[in-house]
Amino acid sequence: MDALNSLLDGFAVALTFTNIALMFAGVILGVIIGVLPGLGGANGVAILLPLTFSMAQTPGGQTSAIILLSCIYWGALFGGAITSILFNIPGEPWSVATTFDGYPLAQKGRAGAALTAAFTSSFFGAAVGVIVITFLSPIVAEFALEFGPPEFFAVYMLTFCAFIGMGKEPPFKTIVSMMLGFALAAVGSDTVTGTLRMTFGTATLLTGFDFLVAVIGLFGIGEILMTLEEGLEFRGASAKLNLKVVLETWKELPKYWLTSLRGAAIGCFMGIVPGGATPASFMSYGVARRMSKDGDKFGEGMVEGVVAPETAAHAAGTSALLPMLTLGVPGSPTAAVLLGGLLIWGLEPGPLLFVEQKDFVWGLIASMYLGNIAGLIVVLTCVPLFAAILRIPFSVIAPIIIVICAIGAYTVHNTTFDVYMMVVFGVVGYAFKKLAYPLAPLVLAIVLGDRAEASFRQAMLVSHGDMSIFFSNKLVGGLTGLALFLLFWPLISWLIRRLR
Amino acid sequence: MKISAVFKHVLSMAAVAAFAAVAVPAQAWEPTKTVEFIVPAGSGGGADQMARAIQGIIVKHNLMKEAMVVINKSGGAGAEGFLDVKSAKGDPHKIIITLSNMFTTPLATGVPFNWRDLTPVKMMALDEFVLWVNAETPYKTAMEYVDAVKKAGAGKMNMGGTGSKQEDQIITAAIEQKTGAKFTYIPFKGGGTVAVQLVGKHIDSSVNNPIEAVAHWRGGKLRPLCVFDTQRMPYKDKMTSTMSWNDIPTCKEAGLDVNYLMLRGIFMPGGVSQDQVDYYVNVLRKVRETPEWTALMNKGAFNQTSLEGKEFADWVAAAEAEHIALMKAAGFMAGGK
Repeated sequence: MDALNSLLDGFAVALTFTNIALMFAGVILGVIIGVLPGLGGANGVAILLPLTFSMAQTPGGQTSAIILLSCIYWGALFGGAITSILFNIPGEPWSVATTFDGYPLAQKGRAGAALTAAFTSSFFGAAVGVIVITFLSPIVAEFALEFGPPEFFAVYMLTFCAFIGMGKEPPFKTIVSMMLGFALAAVGSDTVTGTLRMTFGTATLLTGFDFLVAVIGLFGIGEILMTLEEGLEFRGASAKLNLKVVLETWKELPKYWLTSLRGAAIGCFMGIVPGGATPASFMSYGVARRMSKDGDKFGEGMVEGVVAPETAAHAAGTSALLPMLTLGVPGSPTAAVLLGGLLIWGLEPGPLLFVEQKDFVWGLIASMYLGNIAGLIVVLTCVPLFAAILRIPFSVIAPIIIVICAIGAYTVHNTTFDVYMMVVFGVVGYAFKKLAYPLAPLVLAIVLGDRAEASFRQAMLVSHGDMSIFFSNKLVGGLTGLALFLLFWPLISWLIRRLR
Repeated sequence: MKISAVFKHVLSMAAVAAFAAVAVPAQAWEPTKTVEFIVPAGSGGGADQMARAIQGIIVKHNLMKEAMVVINKSGGAGAEGFLDVKSAKGDPHKIIITLSNMFTTPLATGVPFNWRDLTPVKMMALDEFVLWVNAETPYKTAMEYVDAVKKAGAGKMNMGGTGSKQEDQIITAAIEQKTGAKFTYIPFKGGGTVAVQLVGKHIDSSVNNPIEAVAHWRGGKLRPLCVFDTQRMPYKDKMTSTMSWNDIPTCKEAGLDVNYLMLRGIFMPGGVSQDQVDYYVNVLRKVRETPEWTALMNKGAFNQTSLEGKEFADWVAAAEAEHIALMKAAGFMAGGK
């Protein structure tokens, strides 16, 4: 009950007029940031950080400052889903998995339902994440300490294995796509040896291929090329335009309680470890597709296929703040910027923060509850508005999308080269779709490839090249075992059937 | 343009007062447009924190008429940022904050860049390095630990650090050269991660900066053995029940004759005029006089040495020579030179 008392004190800190105004301002700004591809939550928070510096000097100002910044973060988490569903363009890395079923739903004229499901699941995931932070923070912080290089590699491997071998595409096409992703992820500076790889001596390739540029091109531009070929027809035009759709979707959602709970559990785990929201959303989608009785229909526009990744992404995004506060390790790029903010304001994230800065910590936690409610209100009331965008004729909206995509690609590193790369990726995306190669494994490999590689090589340094390190204790052995089990599940289930 | 639109929107919302025009003393040169502040490292790291703190102080105290934006260009271990500033020859609306990768990145990767392509403006501070072990280990002094590493056998004990062939690994190599102990060096992406890996006992020691490890020291999880500086840190406030930063012996006192400090300095592109350099020197001097700056220095237990002009350039030249010597001895040079 100690936590409950502290939480009530926290609400007292967070519930001032200024703080609530900041919450709504933050959420709205965050949604805008989330919608624009390229301008991610991390960028948005970083841009505003210096402003909060003056804010944080006033009494209680540190809490207001973190409320503003964290609400931008929540807003961006919500906003990322919007363009994924409407245009197949993920605004944020963790909404890639949302496109798999969200976009087909929109094409069937159910954009409103997809948006409502995405926002509501996001909210549910966040709520579970905050509850975990509120009541389990000491235990959970200890758990994160168990994770060294082999454990991290096992988690990434689990993500890959949860996703592999279950698509409708032939396994070899999946592998081709994934290997291409790994190759792209390897370009640039290598963390382990510090040398440059595959840059061909040019300065433009130093930064490697940014995930966002690839995604904007593969999905956004690729989709527009497809639509052009099919004769400028936008297929989502019949979307319903009133708030009734929200209520109707809510009636449908309780059916997916198990998927939601699984998504939230995966999300919290990945947030705390910290593995991040992007792998969480992919893993949750993969697991849902395997466990659901409608698994075959995933990818054709299932509400369940939107619920799974969104719940996990938001649960991970929220619980990622816990290792940041208790250990000083950011669980996401945005959390890294927030962490920098705390240090600039003169706070010291770490085990003592909960003891020394009670008002701040509990004010922040209380604001997570309130900020997410504010976020849900803002985005749900806008569902008809967002869905109405689909009524704009394609010949008008397509040029706008291309311009926004180009700006987004440019923003990532402020270079024109990335805009050209976006176009190249667009053509690749188009070719992939024409030849029926899956894009998701490629994207997953670009996002996680270098992290998985770094963890693997760190583990190999620790063990002097001995692979048994991946079974050296219960935790890592369990994770590796589970990954292998998922990978070989098709074979295992076939064997079981034969034996019967 | 979206960034600046969003930026301005919130500026007007949150800090209207901060933008009220304030008289700035007449000067020979002043920026006429937004100044780009390049950080050759990722967001959230030490250099980034300092850059954003400087930007925040400038906004709060109205030290510049034009706005300043911080831009991270971390690609290729910072090479992206340095090449960007190198190619902006003669542009007075660009400054860069540097860390040791100004020396190490071109040496280790062969990227065509040297600090002489830039104009030194001001050394803001030097960052300290401390040898840390997990508090549950029995080692009380640096030499006890080094002896244990030797006894365990070559490569049996792990030193964790940030990046590869950069400051942390250079210090590790210097310890090896002085003592004959051999570590396995494990590179991680950020200093905070290294500190947590040490708390979780996945590595045996680290050379984290004070600010990266202080929370875990105060939480009783890590133990500092010595600081890689020629003098003890001056901060005497008790950080734990028994120790202040000042109570940590220098590594030389402890019998481990290695010292290393990391530059936190500001540079401009090459080919700028003295007037333009003077403008930034003045602004940065004022930054260093604010209470917020003092608080940041205390927080991170920085070495507060600050140099300008020729003295600064001489210091940088000497530091470059040291890095070349250390990296040659360790075999970290590009192409095995």
